[in-house]
Amino acid sequence: MPDAAPVITLEGVTVLYGAQRALQDVTARFEAGAVGLLGPNGAGKSTMIKALLGFVKPTSGRMRVLGYDVAASPLPIRARVGYMPESDAHIPGMNAVSFVAYCGELAGLPRVDAMQRAHEVLFYVGLGEARYRNVETYSTGMKQRIKLAQALVHDPDLLLLDEPTNGMDPKGRDEMLALVRDLAHRKGVNVIVSSHLLPDVEYTCDHVVVMDKGRVATEGPIAALKQPRGRVYELRVKAAELQTFIAALSAAGLECHETDEDVMRVFVPGDGGARDIFTLASTSGVQVRHLRPSVPTLEDVFAHAVGEK
Amino acid sequence: MPIHDQGYRRYGGERAPHGRAWAVIASAGVRTMLRKRAFLGLLLLAWAPFFVRAVQIYAAANLPQAAFLAPTPEMFRDFLTQQNVFVFFIAVYAGSGLIASDRRANALQIYLSKPLLRVEYVFGKLAVLLVFLLAVTWVPAIVLLIVQVMFAGNFTFFVDNIFLFPAITLSAFIQTITVSVTMLALSSLSRSSRYVGVLYAGVIFFTQAMYGVLYEVTRDSGWSWVSFSANLSQVNAFIFRMRPAYDTPWPLSLLVLAAVIALSAVILERRVRGVEVVA
Repeated sequence: MPDAAPVITLEGVTVLYGAQRALQDVTARFEAGAVGLLGPNGAGKSTMIKALLGFVKPTSGRMRVLGYDVAASPLPIRARVGYMPESDAHIPGMNAVSFVAYCGELAGLPRVDAMQRAHEVLFYVGLGEARYRNVETYSTGMKQRIKLAQALVHDPDLLLLDEPTNGMDPKGRDEMLALVRDLAHRKGVNVIVSSHLLPDVEYTCDHVVVMDKGRVATEGPIAALKQPRGRVYELRVKAAELQTFIAALSAAGLECHETDEDVMRVFVPGDGGARDIFTLASTSGVQVRHLRPSVPTLEDVFAHAVGEK
Repeated sequence: MPIHDQGYRRYGGERAPHGRAWAVIASAGVRTMLRKRAFLGLLLLAWAPFFVRAVQIYAAANLPQAAFLAPTPEMFRDFLTQQNVFVFFIAVYAGSGLIASDRRANALQIYLSKPLLRVEYVFGKLAVLLVFLLAVTWVPAIVLLIVQVMFAGNFTFFVDNIFLFPAITLSAFIQTITVSVTMLALSSLSRSSRYVGVLYAGVIFFTQAMYGVLYEVTRDSGWSWVSFSANLSQVNAFIFRMRPAYDTPWPLSLLVLAAVIALSAVILERRVRGVEVVA
């Protein structure tokens, strides 16, 4: 929905924790639909969410959520926003259905409606069978689900999910991501997914805002950001020659990122191609053991945005 | 079957206007406490002195031999003073975990992400304690006054001591508000309700012990303003038109209680936040 009004806008927002600048002059817009808030730990993602909810007050700048000014209208915003915090959070001494219904009542739903919604939402997130258990007895994965349920119970227009797959096993993680994707793409709920996990964001979101060191490194539709600004190759050389060759590539203006394996990803800008890499390898006396054309991934976008090598 | 196929429906029903969340918090808190059998037992026990006084009033009204038991304004003041022990235990039982447990479970960020103000959250929690403390102070004292009228069969005592109704009300409310706000502030300082209970007991007993030491050294009961309980006693004595137990002027005691409430409010303002910032 490129023409739709943004659900969130930030203009020159700075947040200080004492002398620490958690957000530095951040200007960004979050489009309707599913937007990933991506960045390494400490990038300012959670701080941004807490500022949007009014938990922390920016020292400068303006924020608007769903058309409301955050500083002037925090309550109308919170009535239409669901927040899933990063850390474990629940109301002590309650079973799941009471907890979720209570959250619905706090959000303004009548008691009967809140209880009905609680049952529905708990089934939706996969906790239907465990809804009469005390939340304190839940596993980590179940606690993640119940946090999503309490965020959903009052039917928000915007969901703020802070690291929604934290601590979940692979199956639970897949199910959580499927839920988030379903909410955003089939149920018409705007979703902001804050995560440091690239695959999570890539699977659930259409747009991304990449944060680094309290600033927005890049933002836009994921598909557009992944458009190649040149060509990408997977490359492997002898381990002993790796650093020499990286230096040679960088000197020639070719960007390269190391991956978890022994494979590098090399970006050849403009009209260049594999021949440039072979020429450089020949000049440097490096033996190329693997070279294969590739396509840019969100990881490349992220690495490029935050300047990782 | 993927779990999301269970369905999710948008909500088209009514929503309450902002400003009522405190009542939701209060009623949930009251219900939670009333589900605890031990707490119900404590509440029933706290009403035992009421029944003793009711029997006393009945005997004085109906048995000429028991005329010496006839109710006086002092009896109502003494009744409220007797209830102090239950006020203490109920405050510790029902109050120590009000915010501490929420802090332990990171519930504050859940609460404050909903459409409610911090002051609503605090007022909702405060209301839980106020309800139970008034239920063992103001309610039985007022019922005792009604019982006196019923057993006597006339309004003579009530009319002769017309100040009793406002005195009971004022005294009970000053006590319960001071105790509740203090307990709530202490509850916001820790994640452990046990620690908060110990802290509250410390405040009550330490300040009284401090006064005891000062009195032993100076032989001057004017130091009673350092004691939480003594200040309540001084204010109560003034409200009930009785001779005060200490030499501290009642306005000073009232000022100290007001300062305790103000300090508690400052603590609550700083501690009840959606995010804890450690700068």
